[in-house]
Amino acid sequence: MAKVTFLRPQGLELVVDATEGTSVMQAAVAHGVTEVVAECGGTLACATCHVYVADEHLDRLPPISSDEEEMLDYTAAERQPGSRLSCQLPLGPDLDGIVVWCPSTQY
Amino acid sequence: MQPSSVVVVGAGQAGCQVVSSLRDAGYQGRIALIGAEPQLPYQRPPLSKGHLTGKALRESLWLRPEAWYDEQGVDLHLGVRVTHVDRIAHQVQLSDGGMLPYGCLVLALGSRHREIPLPGSDLEGVVGLRTLDEADEVRDKLALAHHVVVVGGGFIGMEVAATAAQLGKEATVLEIAPQLMGRVLSRETASFLLGAHQKRGLALELGCSAAALVGIHGSVQAVDTADGRRLPADLVLLGVGAVPCTELALDAGLEVDNGIVVDELLRTSDPDIYAVGDCASAPCPFAGGRHTRLESVQNATAQGRAVAATIAGTPTTNDSVPWFWSDQADLKIQIAGLTTGHDEVVLTGDRSNDRFSVWCFAAGSLVGVESVNRPADHMAARKLLGRTPSVTADEVRAEGFDPKGAAAGAVAAG
Repeated sequence: MAKVTFLRPQGLELVVDATEGTSVMQAAVAHGVTEVVAECGGTLACATCHVYVADEHLDRLPPISSDEEEMLDYTAAERQPGSRLSCQLPLGPDLDGIVVWCPSTQY
Repeated sequence: MQPSSVVVVGAGQAGCQVVSSLRDAGYQGRIALIGAEPQLPYQRPPLSKGHLTGKALRESLWLRPEAWYDEQGVDLHLGVRVTHVDRIAHQVQLSDGGMLPYGCLVLALGSRHREIPLPGSDLEGVVGLRTLDEADEVRDKLALAHHVVVVGGGFIGMEVAATAAQLGKEATVLEIAPQLMGRVLSRETASFLLGAHQKRGLALELGCSAAALVGIHGSVQAVDTADGRRLPADLVLLGVGAVPCTELALDAGLEVDNGIVVDELLRTSDPDIYAVGDCASAPCPFAGGRHTRLESVQNATAQGRAVAATIAGTPTTNDSVPWFWSDQADLKIQIAGLTTGHDEVVLTGDRSNDRFSVWCFAAGSLVGVESVNRPADHMAARKLLGRTPSVTADEVRAEGFDPKGAAAGAVAAG
């Protein structure tokens, strides 16, 4: 299992134990973190699973692919240095304990 | 004034979105969500994609975790159908014998397979693909199949056929029309896909229909084509499109015309009954205001959000740009807008390396953009389609056209 902390817009914090091999996006959907919409189900087609990864975890992340890079320019909430599409963040030992902020909108 | 209770019939993407957005909008009344299938509400798009190769875990298909419905105070009725709507008494009759009163009713009934009168359709090994149960069947049979024939060159058929080819199966698609995905794609994109799939080992027969399915001992063995050939087949997928589920609405005396007819606020001819998703025919600003029925996740969720806001007290129309996607082998196809009826196209990118977009114009206005492996074009197009005036064909054609720069100046309409 890998721990993921979601910081939600209303100031709520949710820590979940997620199955390794799934993604941060899947962890969000599986635990009812509805701010992560993931309309395309994780196929990199919609940019509605945008999250902000907390600064201290940025250097643990896998590199951004060219497709994700292009999609990140079109997130509904402003792109920031910690912006990632959470479907592109696979959970394993590398990302255990990751903390992400949910943006206030995905549309 | 908010109704005291909302009953949502249909627990697919649209129905689930309605209940979720109702709570997001602060609606505090009673909510019931009724689904005919036994599983928790799930996503359908992966069923014809990752699910077939076993890549997607079953639980990863759930739209919301099981506990969520309780937490949100949503009364979930699964494996239950609504058999009758009593508009006078404001209640629905359930297949398990129960009755549910409603203040407001939302029909999110979805669509189902278009049936074709094909001899042999009831043979073992002849399948359709819409539900999770069907997808499990297709996945299990596909693993063992050698010769796969797909009847119908639409999105689902092409996704399954492309997966079959990737799994090393001999796969053939029969499409009665002269081009693939003819209802929704431009000639340019469709002809590209024809060549691209052939290169990837798919056999594609255009202008060709199945006349009969032939079996031995109850199992399918071959497909007889209308032009007199017999193609070996141990798995046949029938994928010739969908029709809206409208019986309940017809029975209730609501207006139906290729879907349940609704107004801008997604209200049926009864002001206490709304319809959303595949089953609804709504006026669409991207089709010149004409009543349009769209089968897509985007349409289901956008209409679901709009109707929830309306019911919760803020009348809201759905003005969002329609979009669609399909993953076929390594080809990511994304469509923004509605390209039907376009009279001019401009190509950007490079078809020879499988990365390009087709910008479609009608009477000089941008109506839609089809992209293959160009997600940035697709996202830019969605922004550009949401504003008027958008870009002209000449602007797109010009050397150095920058969709991102053009979109940056666009004001989103929804």
